Amino acid sequence: MSTPITHTIVNLPDQATARIPKRNYINNEHGLLSWLLTGDHKRIAILYLISITFFFFIGGAFAGLIRLELLTPAPDLVSSDTYNKFFTMHGIIMIFLFLVPSVPATLGNFLIPIMIGAKDLAFPKINLLSWYLYVIGGILTLAALVLGGVDTGWTFTTPLSTHYLNTHVITAATAIFIAGFASIFTGLNFIVTIHRMRAPGMTWFRMPLFVWSNYAASILMVLGTPVLAITLVLVALERLIGIGVFDPTKGGDPLLFQHLFWFYSHPAVYIMILPGMGVISEVISTFSRKRVFGYTAVAFSSVAIALFGFFVWAHHMFIMGVSNYSALVFSLLTMLVAVPSAIKIFNWAFTLQKGSITFETPMLYAFAFIGLFTIGGLTGIFLGSLGMDIHLTETYFIVAHFHYVMVGGMLMAFLAGIHFWWPKMTGRMYPESLSKLSAVTSFIGFNLTFMPQFILGYLGMPRRYHAYPAEYQVLNVLSTAGATVLGVGFMLPLLYLGWSLKYGAIAGNNPWQATGLEWQIQSPPLTENFTEIPIIDYEAYDYEWLEKKQREEVTTVG
Amino acid sequence: MANSITSTGHVDHLEKLMPHESIINDEGEHVVLPQHRHHFETAEQQREAGSFGMWLFLLTEIMFFGGLFFAYLLYRNWYYPAFAVASNQLNVPEGAANTAILITSGFFMALGVWAAEVRKKKLLVLMLVFTTIFGVAFLGVKADEYHEKYEKHHIPGASFSTSMFTNPPVNPKTGKPDELPLAPDMAQHTEIFFFLYFAMTGMHAFHMIIGIVLLFWLTWRAHRGEFSSGYVAPIENFGLYWHFVDIVWLFLFPLLYLINRHPIH
Repeated sequence: MSTPITHTIVNLPDQATARIPKRNYINNEHGLLSWLLTGDHKRIAILYLISITFFFFIGGAFAGLIRLELLTPAPDLVSSDTYNKFFTMHGIIMIFLFLVPSVPATLGNFLIPIMIGAKDLAFPKINLLSWYLYVIGGILTLAALVLGGVDTGWTFTTPLSTHYLNTHVITAATAIFIAGFASIFTGLNFIVTIHRMRAPGMTWFRMPLFVWSNYAASILMVLGTPVLAITLVLVALERLIGIGVFDPTKGGDPLLFQHLFWFYSHPAVYIMILPGMGVISEVISTFSRKRVFGYTAVAFSSVAIALFGFFVWAHHMFIMGVSNYSALVFSLLTMLVAVPSAIKIFNWAFTLQKGSITFETPMLYAFAFIGLFTIGGLTGIFLGSLGMDIHLTETYFIVAHFHYVMVGGMLMAFLAGIHFWWPKMTGRMYPESLSKLSAVTSFIGFNLTFMPQFILGYLGMPRRYHAYPAEYQVLNVLSTAGATVLGVGFMLPLLYLGWSLKYGAIAGNNPWQATGLEWQIQSPPLTENFTEIPIIDYEAYDYEWLEKKQREEVTTVG
Repeated sequence: MANSITSTGHVDHLEKLMPHESIINDEGEHVVLPQHRHHFETAEQQREAGSFGMWLFLLTEIMFFGGLFFAYLLYRNWYYPAFAVASNQLNVPEGAANTAILITSGFFMALGVWAAEVRKKKLLVLMLVFTTIFGVAFLGVKADEYHEKYEKHHIPGASFSTSMFTNPPVNPKTGKPDELPLAPDMAQHTEIFFFLYFAMTGMHAFHMIIGIVLLFWLTWRAHRGEFSSGYVAPIENFGLYWHFVDIVWLFLFPLLYLINRHPIH
């Protein structure tokens, strides 16, 4: 009856004899320049990983300062102007410099060519250019920060941003404009690669779902980001020479800005979440030893989210004076996005059903994702309903809602992916029990931070204020305490992943017994990924194929 | 055709056509020589990927200009009278001449792509030079138009004046003004028209300038014979870009210059 549940699928080589392959993409060339001038998608992914981690912790520091100010009802830590700069920098850095590039530019860059059996992305130089644009955008953001900050909120709302603020709006807008092109080039590269570089036999419906979801996100990057770019150009021109396009006193329309901005920035939400959903599909399948239930439905639901995502932007504008009819239509369309998202959640649940589930760290993060994303998604339905939105928008309810989706969803998926593919990227395992501890810590810390914010918002506490009535203090203290726990949960991986680079166990080619092409090559991979281009004659997530292959390898060696 | 390369001019392309070579070192690992780090299986795959990438880039360009077209649509509907009279202040003969100039430039570009495909080096260089000349001519005419707007105080900003629209000047031939006067609040909205005019044609001219810089570079490479041996992808992809810029102008010209050209009287 009481057989201990200690089974695991982790299968490491004998540590006494195992070693990292002598030639791999990391030691193929040496010196800083060989990294800064590389065309290798894996090295560019590592460059991106380092830079987005840097910006994540800067953005996180601002989050910490915000929570510290909100510990007490009185505005005692910083002035209201400084507080405005805190949440603006937190938003700009986290959205444009962390969440948008997080999974696509790191894991996507690293894995998409390998998963489809290609030697690199279609345009390696444009891939490197994308990273440089990102870095220039990041440096300009830091410049805006050091020179005195921006306090428009991450949305650059006109006429506030164009007429009423004397901060570094143009520097920040230029930064986002440039970082936007980094994102466009990543998306363009992915789409061309997925269309033109698949290995023989790698049909569209044999691709891992991670590739599908990044493909859908790429469509959004390529079609949405240019609209943000031109909008920021208009904001800068309005500020510089007062052209009147968003200025009501000259006949311009501030709502036009809202339409153009959210035409990008709503799809941007799906740019952020879709690649994360791809990670979850891979992780759930691997640790339940089952093909993803309803593969085709999950693949198409990614594309459906991308498609619907372009037609819901005005739900950010329900209280801004759009007509009742357009509000009704956009409310209805918003409900439609819930359908493909629910398709994914249900299909993951059915994948788990009767699977041989094991609880390694990536799976823990994936479970956190499913639960938190579901809460985030369902509260999105509240906000998509016209009557509820008028009560809840611009309160802490909305803050809690999008943090459940972005942090509870995307960040958990990012961490799931980083742990899942860490052995492939570095050739070494992370320490399992410590990482489980950090997954659980993050989950507890996250809920403690943001669950009280739902209640605060429902009670009526507005967002973007640095002071509040004393009766809200208990919930705010809980939230700040949670943020501290969450901070520990995010610091831990930085430490032990760094540690594992030198001291982690040798992972071998396929520690998880996973079926993806990336697991059939050495870890870390060769610079050109494959010594010969593979021919794919099996479906995605075919664990019987893997067993058969491994049996054959044993007989061949034996 | 693309595989029979004889020129020595383009080494990195030649390299992409060679079969992959890998050796196995004495420890049994696959080692691929660094000079063979190439990720396309065939030249055809490379060409297709390049062209597909260019089309996608043009799609992002459409979305980029799309924001401006959307603003145009909105304000033209709201302030039609202001847009109509302000549009009448644009120089139609110069705009029409520019349309012809740009189409001619595109024609030479198309001939240039053909010249590259049939490997006529001198013809290709000549066509690229003609394309450049007509592109520069377009910008020259555009600069003259901008200068005219400056003289009329039609550049949005501090020096912008609506006096021409509230008190239309008398035409000496007819003894009457050509336009009916606008109410002051509607006249003020001509500034939005002129802003959109400068933003859209300015963004278009910016794309032309980038195109001309690229043309100089391509002409130099063509002169060195890089595109005379079957490797024509850069010329083809630049051709796509140049034609796209032409097409944007074909939308801008009627939308900005020809809003209401019926005589009022």
